[in-house]
Amino acid sequence: MKPFAITLNVGSSLANKTGSWRTERPVYVRNVAPCGAACPAGEDPQAWLYHAEEGDYEAAWRTIMDVNPFPAVIGRVCYHPCETACNRVQVDEAVGINAVERFLGDEAIKRGWTFPASAPASGKRVLIVGAGPSGLAAAYHLARLGHQVEIRDSGSAAGGMMRWGIPRYRLPREILDAEVQRILDLGVTLRLNEQVDDLEAAMEGFDAAFVAVGAHLGKRAYIPAGSAARMLDAVSLLHDMEDGEPPLLGRRVAVYGGGNTALDAARTAKRLGAEESVVVYRRTRDRMPAHDSELQEALAEGVLVKWLSTIQHADEGRLVLEKMELDEHGFPQPTGELEELEADSLVLALGQEADLGLLERLDGVEIDDGVVSIGRDLMTGRPGVFAGGDIVPAERTVTTAIGHGRQAALNIDAYLRGTVLAAPGEAAAAEFDALKPWYYDDAPRGVQPELERARRESTFDEVVGGLDESTALFEARRCLSCGSCFACDNCYGVCPDNAVIKLEPGGAYAYAFDLDYCKGCGLCMQECPCGAIEMVPEPI
Amino acid sequence: MPYQVGLLAVGNRLLPPEQRTAQADALRANAITSGHRACQGCGEALGARYALDAAVRATSGRLIAANATGCLEVFSTPYPESAWRVPWLHSLFGNAPAIATGMAAAMKAKGREDVRVVGQGGDGGTVDIGFACLSGMFERNDDVLYICYDNEGYMNTGVQRSGATPPAARTATTEAVGEAPGNVFGQGKSAPLIALAHEIPYVATATIADLRDLEAKVERAMAVRGARYLHVLVTCPLGWGSAACDSVGIARLATQTGLFPVWEGRDGDVTAVAKIRRPEPVEAYLRPQKRFRHLFVPERRDDIIARVQARADRNIERFGLL
Repeated sequence: MKPFAITLNVGSSLANKTGSWRTERPVYVRNVAPCGAACPAGEDPQAWLYHAEEGDYEAAWRTIMDVNPFPAVIGRVCYHPCETACNRVQVDEAVGINAVERFLGDEAIKRGWTFPASAPASGKRVLIVGAGPSGLAAAYHLARLGHQVEIRDSGSAAGGMMRWGIPRYRLPREILDAEVQRILDLGVTLRLNEQVDDLEAAMEGFDAAFVAVGAHLGKRAYIPAGSAARMLDAVSLLHDMEDGEPPLLGRRVAVYGGGNTALDAARTAKRLGAEESVVVYRRTRDRMPAHDSELQEALAEGVLVKWLSTIQHADEGRLVLEKMELDEHGFPQPTGELEELEADSLVLALGQEADLGLLERLDGVEIDDGVVSIGRDLMTGRPGVFAGGDIVPAERTVTTAIGHGRQAALNIDAYLRGTVLAAPGEAAAAEFDALKPWYYDDAPRGVQPELERARRESTFDEVVGGLDESTALFEARRCLSCGSCFACDNCYGVCPDNAVIKLEPGGAYAYAFDLDYCKGCGLCMQECPCGAIEMVPEPI
Repeated sequence: MPYQVGLLAVGNRLLPPEQRTAQADALRANAITSGHRACQGCGEALGARYALDAAVRATSGRLIAANATGCLEVFSTPYPESAWRVPWLHSLFGNAPAIATGMAAAMKAKGREDVRVVGQGGDGGTVDIGFACLSGMFERNDDVLYICYDNEGYMNTGVQRSGATPPAARTATTEAVGEAPGNVFGQGKSAPLIALAHEIPYVATATIADLRDLEAKVERAMAVRGARYLHVLVTCPLGWGSAACDSVGIARLATQTGLFPVWEGRDGDVTAVAKIRRPEPVEAYLRPQKRFRHLFVPERRDDIIARVQARADRNIERFGLL
């Protein structure tokens, strides 16, 4: 019925499509969070933290496992460049990504989460040389892609440097064993105590090979030494801790070098009963290649460091050190000033080299400065032979090695199927400036418990404790979700024109814009906490 | 336990449904729906939907609204269209509180006191032109929630000064010329404090920058009977010369500088204030608005900025905002 004295029918404002006012339109984007951009293993922590925030730890773990089969290991031994890059640093402190990953990895082991092998069998066979992080990661991905995989390793157990290089107090062996076993359970064949000397011959019957034998030879430096001086290298020391008799080091131990291995050796010496464990390093603390967290843990355990010192001479029970000073380029220069250091043994931790003998007889493989040359696809000069981990030019960490393993697997898969691996998309970076810090709760970082000092000096018990469910949840929820929508409803709320539509959960995006009515004011973009909305010019 | 964005964003998928805002609800009332002709980024359109959706939720939909003349009425109901999805009546510029009083009386006469009444208008219709009717509604303690959407001027007619226009602001009737450019210091009034002086059951201020606070205040206002007053600061991109996308941010700066104190009072006393979370100097608020541009160009007027800062500091001290 028409109202009294009204000539036109009453209508709704919905007849007025205000979308025609627009000169710019909002679009939802998915930009790369700095944590993901920084991860050498190729993980996207923002993506799995999203699930962890909801308490869906299994979905979070599965998201990690799509990329990295070692969450529990990496949650302990990674030097977490993701946290260094984390945008939350500019709000309070970085999100404890590594600790949450460890919690998820441990949770998976505790609950026995597994997954079925996904792809149908391809009928192709791939040989992997080296059962370290890189080789195992490659085996995992290749097996999931449907290929038959055989790993050969010269050692008596799988794990590579995760077993022979990283001490137990940083990585308990039952954790490593559990994650390795999950890979073998996919049907991967592991042949131990099997040295490959000639890859050409070993490749008989295989369609491709991945070489990841690691760098297990300690570098030597010439140090004039008396006949009774006791010297050994750090790689052998750490290896012997796992396989055979721990060496006798004496009461006072000196370690020569400034990397993580040097600190691992010094901390191990302390646990073997050394009263004094002294690291001798030629430069200063800020120039030390070892990661700061490891240095701090070592110092907390009573390890001492002689900065700006080189070793001139080694004798029974004593070392002669020379004081150094840094020149204007930051290089250490001798001062001629000498001092003595009492030491029953000297452990050399001056870097590691790879034994690449197995590649020597392969045509096309180039070795340059002790490492194998590879292309972007990780293939060597010899078609079908790929290489990764510590034997190629890259940072030598477990995380990098795992990333190589995955990249190699994807490229081997493409090579075997005769396809071309799609180039990674060029998504923009989610910068801090695009975030709205106002919207994030004040939430200082949770602290992981540490073993008390007395037990750290005498046992190989794990030093850094894990998070429990509530602290892991708290930590996950500190994530700012940089560059990716986390369904906070801000755009839906702040639109003065009701032009944001809520979608059913589970889709690619939680919302859509109603372009019939969106006037293009940009309030949604401006108030999006995580920078997941951008304004683009209206097409003409 | 903090939930990522805690209670700061409109919604939060990590919160149980009962703790979510009315605005986060996919089935919210949308009391003022799409197709209205408010400017891009209009703070008043947003504030009105925030407030009325919350009132609809608080009354289970048994709500009628009276509306003074002003932007809100003009942009929402160009004949014969209406953007309102609640029973809504427009009368004159100056009598919305009296109309609302009449509606409440009618509901009482019909024995339908379950139907609640909201009166609403801009600062011109409330602080200036309708003020006698409003004061009468207060002193009779009529059962109405009156909501003023304060955009600090007569924006609909071309940005003229109102009793709520802040000092130093340029309007069409307070041009940025002469020794003391813009609106003069020492004039104007605080409608919420005057409302509080009537010792009515509930008075509060709010902004479009804090949705939860606004919704909670509407909820609390609807939980009591008698005259209630809610004064909501709403950004006007047109009249303030701010970017359309900054409407919420500017309102937030108004609170964080202390220029717009957010508080709540009952029966004549201030009972709660919203503390400043991230303190800002007034300059952060003034700079993005063209109505204060003459404080920075052609030469910086530190003397005037200092007077504005003094007003903010007085609010901070008076209401204990820090």
